[in-house]
Amino acid sequence: MRHGRAFWLFVGPFAAGLLVFVYVPIGWSLLLSFFDARNTVTPTEFVGLRNYADMLTDAPFLRSLGTFSLFALFIVPLTFVLALALALLVNQISFMKAFFRSVFFLPTACSYVVASLVWKLSIFNGVRFGLANTVLGWFGAEPVAWTVSTSPPWYWLVLVTLRLWLQLGFYLILFLAGLQRIPQHLYEAAWIDGAGRGWQTLRYITLPQLRTTSVAVLLLLLIAAYQAFDEFYNVLGTDRGYPPFARPPLIYLYYTALGSGGQDFGHGSAGAVILTLLIAGVTLLQGRVITR
Amino acid sequence: MISRRRLLSLAGASALLAACGSNTGRGGDGQPLRQWYHAYGEPGVQQAVVRYADSYAKVPVTVQWNPGDYDSKLATSLLSGDGPDVFESTPQISSVRAGQLVPLDDVFGDARGDFTESILATHTVDGKIYGVPQAVDMQMLFYRKSLLEKAGVQPPSTVDELIDASRRLTRDGVKGLFAGNDGGGGVLGGPALWSAGLDYVRDHQVGFDDPLAAQAIGKLRELYASGGLLLGAVKDWAEPDAFTQGLAAMQWTGLWAVPAVQKALGDDFGVLPFPRFSGDGKASVPVGAFGAMVNAKSKRIDEAKEFVKFLWIDRTDYQEDFNLSYGFHIPPRRSISEKASKLTSGAAADAVKFVRDNAKASNPPDWTSVMRTAFNDAVSRVVRDGAPADAEIKAAAGKARDELKRLYG
Repeated sequence: MRHGRAFWLFVGPFAAGLLVFVYVPIGWSLLLSFFDARNTVTPTEFVGLRNYADMLTDAPFLRSLGTFSLFALFIVPLTFVLALALALLVNQISFMKAFFRSVFFLPTACSYVVASLVWKLSIFNGVRFGLANTVLGWFGAEPVAWTVSTSPPWYWLVLVTLRLWLQLGFYLILFLAGLQRIPQHLYEAAWIDGAGRGWQTLRYITLPQLRTTSVAVLLLLLIAAYQAFDEFYNVLGTDRGYPPFARPPLIYLYYTALGSGGQDFGHGSAGAVILTLLIAGVTLLQGRVITR
Repeated sequence: MISRRRLLSLAGASALLAACGSNTGRGGDGQPLRQWYHAYGEPGVQQAVVRYADSYAKVPVTVQWNPGDYDSKLATSLLSGDGPDVFESTPQISSVRAGQLVPLDDVFGDARGDFTESILATHTVDGKIYGVPQAVDMQMLFYRKSLLEKAGVQPPSTVDELIDASRRLTRDGVKGLFAGNDGGGGVLGGPALWSAGLDYVRDHQVGFDDPLAAQAIGKLRELYASGGLLLGAVKDWAEPDAFTQGLAAMQWTGLWAVPAVQKALGDDFGVLPFPRFSGDGKASVPVGAFGAMVNAKSKRIDEAKEFVKFLWIDRTDYQEDFNLSYGFHIPPRRSISEKASKLTSGAAADAVKFVRDNAKASNPPDWTSVMRTAFNDAVSRVVRDGAPADAEIKAAAGKARDELKRLYG
């Protein structure tokens, strides 16, 4: 197919941007992962697969991959179920629908950094006048150092509530859109056939009709879980670095590649490739399981 | 305050001057030299450094002020070949090995002996000096005299006394000690090693591969588990708020906090180094200093060096003004710090004494991010999770050994 001048005029700038800012960096990163690339992006020392071998035997990196696989196992179904439940509720109510939809969606518009700081500094700070500790105080409990204590690991409460608050609205909207596309006559036909309102129509009409939406939501949730960075970095990170627990792979790679005291793009890139392959693998597996 | 905190705590990738000039080194043809600073928090510093640069007659100099993540910005610009000619940072062995920095030994001349030796050491890699120290910052322990008196506690001079004091000072809703929201693992790891006569790196070898290190780090766990630590404060250790608001009777913070503490508490506070742990150990204070450096990719290295010499060697009046007229730093040159009236009494005088007698590099050039991550992870697990200190420290030492082997063979 031949493209005219107009085609390149409109597509050209975007394609060029994509090439320069997306494809070239991805390719470059792949290239760097085979080199000893310390403090340089034009390395000369080819090391083959050594960076990969190092990363695959690097205990902290493997631990972060493990932690976030667990995190995904937990946060993906939780967000999914909550978003779906909220969407069903919002879809059902007959008054102020737009209001509720907006209210639940609003947090999505909030910056991750700002929300993290609110969670860390006002709701879950460790001193006696923090919001959570004030509430605990009413019941006579001692203040809890929410983001510090590792036994029990209260920081997960902080991080999970924060992530839910930030993300739920977005997936709620996706589900709402899906729900509104289900033809009303399917329900009417079911009722005539004697299906009960509630569980039966949910199980046999709503959920099957939501399949494409569900697959998309699961996919996005899974990628988001492995890509965790912002709220973790802002809640648990300090100027002395990031603690060894609840450390997302991306944060570990960030410190490896760009950490103060030496940039190591070789190992950082190798880790990024491994993470990409892992996400791709899990996504494919999930797609398989769901569409079976 | 972010600027001071970064200064001490982050290993700087070094900033470069954005040498956008295509000058070939002849100089003086009107192309300005590029100089970078990170954004200092105190009002007046920016105007001051511009004033210094404007007073340089030989070549025009453009000063770029860099708010935000200075280290990353600098590191990136050093890679690109389009960075500044002159910049401030702390040297890292990785930048030196990558050939990004110009040795500045010849810039010092006779003034070399006038610089505090421990500060100069933090700018020395493989025997060469890569930065001219501009301003010294240090961390120390602040304590509230009246609260110690009320509890009948003496200012601690050993680690055990510190733990005991934190426990006994915890009463009436006040905690004994605030050493960071991570429970002290971040800022006290180094001081704990020094308290036992050990170090991060010593003569190109791991300095903490020793059973004593596990004991010293174990003391931090004891401190954490004593219940005397304030945790989860709104502002972290670098700000004196927890201390001045009476949430903690003692706090680990820095020299930069002295004016704010003085304003809030008057004379009701004293300062101490981190105390000694065992026989060979010594009380210590972590010190660091940003230094002026020259970008090896600059096309005008000689002019840049000359400018650095003018600014930080020849013009001693600028160093004094820079250190003492805006924030609160110690001039790295003894001839200046000794005669500065602001530094002759109270906590400031103590701090000067600590820097002379107890200084340890908070961030030595060959303490790379790999080693730092391994060590901090180990300390964090010991302190917060109660993991066995000997196994954790041994693992971190192993990682550091591999890294040192890579660096020095």
